[in-house]
Parts: sequence; structure tokens; C-alpha cells
Amino acid sequence: MSTVTVVEEAPKQAAQLTKDSYKGKIHPDWCPGCGDFSVLSALQAALFELGLKPNQVLVVSGIGCSSNLPGFINTYGMHTLHGRSLAVATGAKLANHELKVICTGGDGDGYGIGGNHFVHTMRRNIDLTYIVMDNQIYGLTTGQVSPTSVKGMKTKSSPHGSVENPINPMPMAIVGGATYVARGFSGKQKHLVELIKGAIMHPGFALVDVFSPCVTYNKDNTYQWFTPRVKALEDQGHDPTDFRAAMDKAFMWGDEIPIGLFWKRTDLPSLEDLEPVLHEGGPLAYRELGITDEQAKAVIKELL
Amino acid sequence: MPTVDFAIGIGGEAGQGIATPGDILARIFARRGLNLNAYNAYQSIIRGGHTFLTIRCGNGPVRSMGDKLDVLIPLNQDTMDRHLKLLRAGACVIFDGDKLKPGPAAEGVQICAMPMKQLCGANKLGANTVAVAAVLQMLGIEFQPLEDVLSRQFKKKGEAVIAENVNVARAGYEFAAKNFKAFPFKAPNLGKGMAVLTGNQAIAMGGVAAGVKFYAAYPMSPSTGVLMWMAAHARQLGIMVRQVEDEIGVMNMVIGAAHAGCRAMCATSGGGFALMTEAVGMAGMIETPVVCVDVQRAGPATGVPTKTEQGDLWQALGAGQGDYPRIIVAPSTQLDLFNSIPELFNLCDKYQCPGLVLSDLLISEGTASVNPDDLNFKAKIERGDIIFPNGNGNGNGNGEGANAFSGYNDNAYLRYKNTESGISPRAVPGVPGHIYVAATDEHDEDGTLISDEFTNPAKRRMMVEKRARKMETVVNQITPPKLVGPDNAMVTLVGWGSTEGVIREAVEKLASEEGVVANQLHIKWIVPFHVEEITRILSRSKRIIIVENNYSGQFARYLRSETGIAAHGHVRKYDGEPFMPHHIVNAVKEQLAGATNLSVPTHEIYV
Repeated sequence: MSTVTVVEEAPKQAAQLTKDSYKGKIHPDWCPGCGDFSVLSALQAALFELGLKPNQVLVVSGIGCSSNLPGFINTYGMHTLHGRSLAVATGAKLANHELKVICTGGDGDGYGIGGNHFVHTMRRNIDLTYIVMDNQIYGLTTGQVSPTSVKGMKTKSSPHGSVENPINPMPMAIVGGATYVARGFSGKQKHLVELIKGAIMHPGFALVDVFSPCVTYNKDNTYQWFTPRVKALEDQGHDPTDFRAAMDKAFMWGDEIPIGLFWKRTDLPSLEDLEPVLHEGGPLAYRELGITDEQAKAVIKELL
Repeated sequence: MPTVDFAIGIGGEAGQGIATPGDILARIFARRGLNLNAYNAYQSIIRGGHTFLTIRCGNGPVRSMGDKLDVLIPLNQDTMDRHLKLLRAGACVIFDGDKLKPGPAAEGVQICAMPMKQLCGANKLGANTVAVAAVLQMLGIEFQPLEDVLSRQFKKKGEAVIAENVNVARAGYEFAAKNFKAFPFKAPNLGKGMAVLTGNQAIAMGGVAAGVKFYAAYPMSPSTGVLMWMAAHARQLGIMVRQVEDEIGVMNMVIGAAHAGCRAMCATSGGGFALMTEAVGMAGMIETPVVCVDVQRAGPATGVPTKTEQGDLWQALGAGQGDYPRIIVAPSTQLDLFNSIPELFNLCDKYQCPGLVLSDLLISEGTASVNPDDLNFKAKIERGDIIFPNGNGNGNGNGEGANAFSGYNDNAYLRYKNTESGISPRAVPGVPGHIYVAATDEHDEDGTLISDEFTNPAKRRMMVEKRARKMETVVNQITPPKLVGPDNAMVTLVGWGSTEGVIREAVEKLASEEGVVANQLHIKWIVPFHVEEITRILSRSKRIIIVENNYSGQFARYLRSETGIAAHGHVRKYDGEPFMPHHIVNAVKEQLAGATNLSVPTHEIYV
């Protein structure tokens, strides 16, 4: 038996969107002071300001503290496996390219265990927004070294100081094929809202890496450490279409750390643009199943 | 009674062009309505090595590559040396007399040397075509069908190339007529043409029949044929086909697409499946229907990439951590693969769980003929309890409709509602008023995690039981296995998956050649398992012998774990090559004689 229910949208009765429309059922269980609160608020504000209905948005996360975000926001959500949000989101986006699909997660999830998907999702330039809450530590496992932990950082799994170089996601994304590459800071929420809005409306792969301090396990890269260092690119006349300038800014670290939109190009088609299968007929997920008799005949004829 | 049953073997180095004459012969035989089974033994090498294609044909059922060769076409000396000695009286070897030397052959084997230089002229690649033409002449097949197939084969290369190949073929055909003794039988023309397909094509087409709109894969032998067929037909049939960075990505992508509402599928081999298994568990946890095909090859690890095995049964049974419902099916033929995919999709959609198909190299890369009328692309499609948004204004919003209009913070919809059947109506993302999170953490009925702040043993128990309860009724939806052959047989041969055909032939041979009355119980559905029916059938068997393509008797252990029935004997093969009927016949004979209860047949042909 098959019960395919179709739910009609009734614009007259649809509720008015407010900021609260995006509030999830559950209050976030992050530690008090966690940078992720600000990222959640920024994402909710961005969705509200863009006027996106909660049922038109799918937020997909991996596993980790920040990956709990889908439970705290009122949109469709998927809380997938550690490191796999981009792969799951790619499938969902291609199945229904009319959804706004946003991935959220942490640095370990995205740049560590999910590194392979990160690299390949960027080069496909699929229309996804990827928000990485980068706290340079593994929080949910109680404080181990992460792919973005700075060299020398002492953690529970690097008690003598990490000897490995960290990943720098900004240049990696710029050369990796992402067409919108930005970095935000939890301490500058308004700025972050604008970056996220730009990312959601960008028709290609957009990365927003956010310094989102872990107040419990990372005693090095704190709000106090970041606040005097971060400088908005928007205040410096940076041209995000200038590749060399973007790369120069992307490698800056130390007393001055740029945040803002590093790199953006709109001259490249997205994966969806390049797939003729998506050009007509609406989302694949909603199309009628099966093939026509003519198509079936043609397929069988190849075998005769 | 079948009157014609012959087999042709073509062998040489990889890269010498064995596939083309193989395709030509298969097509000609199938167009005459003959049944056909072809198996290509090859190695993981692009150039060199030894590749050997066996095509067996007949006007009765042809269920395996059989036991004997009637024609050997060696394209190099190595093939001649390996296979000529296995030919028996009445067979023939056709070869390039300018290049190859036949060694010692059994009495009555016709040695057919062809002067290839003279026959081919300037066409250096013509030797294979010449040999094919000779075979067809000796089988009493007129020249025209070959001309038709050559025209099709070389269509893209233009008229000149077609003409050149047709001329070379005619020369070979005429030379054979003049110089070689034809077979005592003629390959009949039964009128209605058969379709020829590999199991991988059948899997892909089964997906199409099921309404698959999303297919993803990472290339891995012997499953790659599915990806290639899908990629070739994607745009024509409106299917999103992706080659992904790894199998982890494949399965996760497929789950994403399925969650969004597509029927989504992937195929891989054991190694790739190993990478997918965590995500298979995710499909179980978030209750997303996906279908994954494991085309088994000889393992473990890289194993023997181009050789067959039934070694992944327990991998499928144990795929992913934890306890969760899944459905596992092991189809036995190419047509069975085609039909099983839509059937499995219907079950997965209804029960909202992952479905696994265990194929193997033997049937996936093996070729068979099927009646084209049996390829039903209008398979029944049942999607279970699923809620779609109304994109085009045609929906009626029944049932769940009330939820749709009550605002955006609606709490009435419970994605994981604890129902009596365990099945909860599934909204796809995009539906107004049905917002939820699909979480791999244990969750409450509304999708809220119960793993973080406060775990809740009662809810955990409820959700485990809800998911598990779904499986209680699946077994009623699928066909139980049936005993084939007489009830009072001396021995019951039990197998699963791809070995059905070869075991059937062994049963027939035992009866006709050895006077041993055997019957056969073949298992297709692994999970759920028809415990009652199987127990009832096997409890009446005088002697149970399990035949399987692995070392440890994976199915024998599974049968015992589910039914408590321990078989009397076992026939196992794990050398990478499939069973031939005589392997099973000899094993049964030695076991009936009391010589052993574990037979491991030797593969006589070194391929």
C-alpha cells in the first residue's frame, strides 16, 4: 500500500515570518559563552532578512558541538555522521535544487574527517553554503588537537604542544574552487550576518569559516585573543575579485587577522547549471517515477 | 528436450580484442532466439595476461558456462597451450596457422589452422573476425547475420571499414566451408530474438524501472558497469548520476538524495561497501530508504579484483554498528537482478530502511539472454507513507494537510511517531508545517536528540523497538523459497544468490548421468529469512549439502544461526572462479560415497 500525501501551501493562511520563526524547539546545550550561539543567531537573522521560509531551508550538519545546530533552528534539518555533511547535503541539493541547503559544522568535522568531501565539494561549485564554526579544538570529545589548532598548542592529545602545521582553510578554499570564501568572527555578529546572507544568495559553493571560540577547552584562541586582532576586509577596501590580494590576505595571521569576504567570483557556472537533467521539470525528488514506453523501447533495443 | 548445446571459448591477452568477437557471437546467437550464458575470466590488467571468454548457447535453458568447450579460438600461443588439452573429441580449435602451433590434442579434435595473412590481407585486425566467420559457418549459420552485426559494430567507422570487415569475414567463411568439417548439428533459428545483457546492466535498468532518479558510485570492479550504463543513459532518462570522491561520499550522497525524496541507489564491491557501512547505519537510524548493491569479488582487502566470490554475506549482515532493520536480497540471475531492484525499492520505501543487494562478479559481469518481453519497465511502484509538498497546485493535502497551515513552528508532526507498525509517515524537506531534524543520534518521536543533555532509557527503548518492529511484517511481503525437484530425493542441494543456475544443472546431471536423485532449495531473501518455510523443507531432507563460493561456509553458518539446521555436507570454492556443474556433481558423489563432508573442487582451467 502506498499513501503519498501531498501538502498544499496556502499563502493566505501562512503565518507571517518573524525572527522567532527560525527558533528551534530546543534551547542550545552549548557551554555558556560558546561562540556557536552567535553563529546560530547570525544564521537565523540572515534567513529572516532574506525572507526564506523555514520549510524551504535544509540545514545539514555532521557531528560535534557545532553540528548540534540543526536541532536549535526551525528549518528542515539533518544531523548526519561525523564529517559527512557536505556529501549528504550534495545529494539533498541535487535531489531538490529548489531548497536552500546550508551545512554547518566544526573544524574537525569539516577539515579533518570530512577533508576529502570538503576538497571535492568545492571543486564542483555546487550551490551550498558551508558555515564552519572553527574553534581550533575538538570540544565534544573534551579537548584534543584539531586540524586548525596552531602549531605548539597544548591539548589533551598534544600535551607537549602540537608539532603539526594547521590547515588554513582560506587559501585552501580559494584555490580549491570555492567561489565565495569568507571568514567571520562570533564576536562580530552583524558582520557575520552579512557574510552569511552573501553566502546563501551566492549561486555556487560558499565557505564561511567563523572563529567561534571554545570557552571550555581552547584557552589560547579566546574572544580576548581575537578581538584586537581581527580586522574587517570591508573596512580596508579589499577587492574580493582580486585573486592575488585574496591570497595575500588569506595567509595573514598574527597581530592582524583579516575577516570578511576574501574571494568571490560569479563568472563560473554551478554544478546545477552544468547538469541538463536539472534544467527542466523541477526538483528531481518531485518528478514522476519511471520512464516512458518509448524510452523503455529504446533501452531494450540496445540489447537486441 | 534441448537438442543443441554448445560452447565457444575465445582467449588471448587483455587488449587483443576478445570482447568484440564475443559481442558479435552473442548477438548473432541471441538474435536467433538461442539462450546464452557468457562468462569472461580475466585479470586486473589492461594489456597482457590471459583473458578467456566462454559463450555457451542452446535451445534449452543455459544456466551456467557449462562443463565443456566445442570451439576454442586462441588468439595467442598461451591460450592454445592452456586450453587445447582440455578439448574432447568432436571439438575444434580455430587459429592463425601462420602464428600459432597447436600442441598435443585429444583424438577427434579438429585442428582448424587458418592462413590469416592470406585471408585478412591488409586488415591486420581481421583475424578475430575471420575466426568468428569460420565458427558461424561450422555451426550452419548463414553469412547474412554476421554481415548485419558487423555493419552495426563498425557503424561509427564508416562504410569503408564495414566493407573491409565484411570482405574479410566472407573470406573466412568460405575458407571454413571448403576446408573444415561442420558440426553435426546446426544452430537453429527459433524466430524470436532474445535480448543480451550483463548483470550490471540489469541492475542499472532495474533501477530505472524502479524510478531511480539519483545514482552515485565510485568506480570499483566488478560493479563499475552499473555506473557506466547509468552515466551513458543519465541525460536521456533524466537521472542524476555522480561519480563521487569515495564510497563514503557515495553512500552519504545517496542518503541525502533519498531523504530529499528521490529514489536513490548505488553499487560497489566489498571494499567500497566496507567504507559505506557507517552510512548504511545512518539510513537505518534516520529511516531513509536507499538501495545499495554489493557486487562481490574475492576478498579480503583488494583481494582478486576480477574474480568472483560469495564472501560478503556477513559483511552485509553486520554492516554498520548497532542494531537496525535492513533488507538483504541475493538475486540469482541477470533477470532476477532486474526484477529485484524495483521490488526492493518498494520494500525500502514502505519500511523506510536500507536495502542491500548481494550480487557477484559471476552474474554482474556475466552475460545472459533474456526474453525482451520480460524486461518490464512498468514495474509496480509503491512509495509507502510519504508526504510531498504540492509544487504544482494539484495536491489534495489529505490527512496531514491541517498541519500545513498552522504556522512555521508547528509541533504536531512527528517524523518518528511511535506507531503500531513502527512505520511513521515521512515528510520530505520542503513540505510546509512538517519541519523536523533527521538525526543519527538517538532521537525522540519528533526528531529531538535524546543523546545529549538528558538521555532517556525509556525513550531509547521505545525508539529501538519502533524501528525493529517494522521488520515483523516484511517477511509476508516476499516470496518464500521453493523446493525444486522430487520430494524424496537422496540429497538436497542448498545455495544462495548467483549459484542457482549451476546447482540446477548439477541436479539435472546427477539425475541423467549418475542416477542420483537430488533436489534443490535456493535462497534469495537473506533478511528477512523465511525461517518457517526453510525449516519445514529442510527437516524433510535426507541429506543437506550447501554449495557456496567462499571458504568458511558463510551461508551454512547463517542457516544454522537462523534455523538451527546444520548441513550434512558442504561444497565450497574460493579460488576465484565460479562453479562448473561437474564440480558439484563430483562433490555430491564423493559425499554420498562417504568420502568426505567438505568438498573443495579444483578448477581445472587456469584462467
